[in-house]
Amino acid sequence: MIDKNQLWTVIVLLGIGSFALRFAFLGLIGNRAMPEWLLRHLRYTAVAILPAIVAPLVAWPAALEGQTDPARLAAACVTLAVGYATRNVILSIVLGAGTLYLGLYLAG
Amino acid sequence: MHDTTRSAYWQGARDGAPFIFVVSPFAMLFGVVSAEAGLNVFEALAFSVVVIAGAAQFTALQLLQDNAPTFVALASALAVNLRMAMYSAALTPHLGAAPFWQRGLIAYFLVDQTYACSVMAYERNKGWGLAQKTAYFFGTMTPVCPMWYVMTLVGAWAGTAIPPDYALDFAVPITFIALTAPMLRTAAHRAAALVSVVMALGFAWLPFNLGLMVAGLAGMITGAQIELRLRARGTWVDP
Repeated sequence: MIDKNQLWTVIVLLGIGSFALRFAFLGLIGNRAMPEWLLRHLRYTAVAILPAIVAPLVAWPAALEGQTDPARLAAACVTLAVGYATRNVILSIVLGAGTLYLGLYLAG
Repeated sequence: MHDTTRSAYWQGARDGAPFIFVVSPFAMLFGVVSAEAGLNVFEALAFSVVVIAGAAQFTALQLLQDNAPTFVALASALAVNLRMAMYSAALTPHLGAAPFWQRGLIAYFLVDQTYACSVMAYERNKGWGLAQKTAYFFGTMTPVCPMWYVMTLVGAWAGTAIPPDYALDFAVPITFIALTAPMLRTAAHRAAALVSVVMALGFAWLPFNLGLMVAGLAGMITGAQIELRLRARGTWVDP
């Protein structure tokens, strides 16, 4: 059971912290120019952070206590391939989820 | 509202609309997981309204359930959210000139989907001024963010009615992969993602989610370096 004081501490501080992160550049730098080397690194934020979050979740799913699962692995591959080929986010989610359920069904 | 501004707003709303199907199950899942962790409906909703960041919310909740210290839960969830600072920086050249209160609102609504839509739209419409860009951003937010609150509520109410065989844990990875795949348009982007995956797996043993930080930084440096090399060779093409 989660302690309620701890829960509210985390909700409030995480809210403040997340807003601070989101506001950091936009609010404080405003329309001053940013150096080119910084912008060059920032172009790769999304493609560097999101795969880093996903990779361990795909390789060692928490729902199976970290045991690698062929159905989840296949679903991840299909989502990636469809997203890369079509650039259609919804289509890749639908086909990825379809692959997952098909794989889970086949695995019994 | 000026005509082109209004049309930019509606274009944003249209571009954001498909994400309803992404955000809804994700928010509902958070509601369900919260209920299973013993949070009441109000606590689950407060979590989503105050923090409004799915991956970080899941991270914090997971660690609280594991009886982690407050500091660890906070630090890990904020680490997951560090990308928001990078989104903020990436949007600053476009939206930095907006009034202070608007920048505050934009910051609050800055999530993966609003960021991804906006960055792509600003690339496509290089002629847009501040008014169009701001309107577009709020357009993308309109279908996405209220849905985040509503579906958290629905999930918290539905509670434990969803059996575990639906493998809802995998909603997060599939969503993130689907968001990332279309961005892999240049060799630099692909290399950044590849290095990030390898490093995230290799450094998964680091405590406090630090593996994520290492992998993220390594990926960004890789992308920037490859871009520099391609530019030097004259083979760089703007994505």
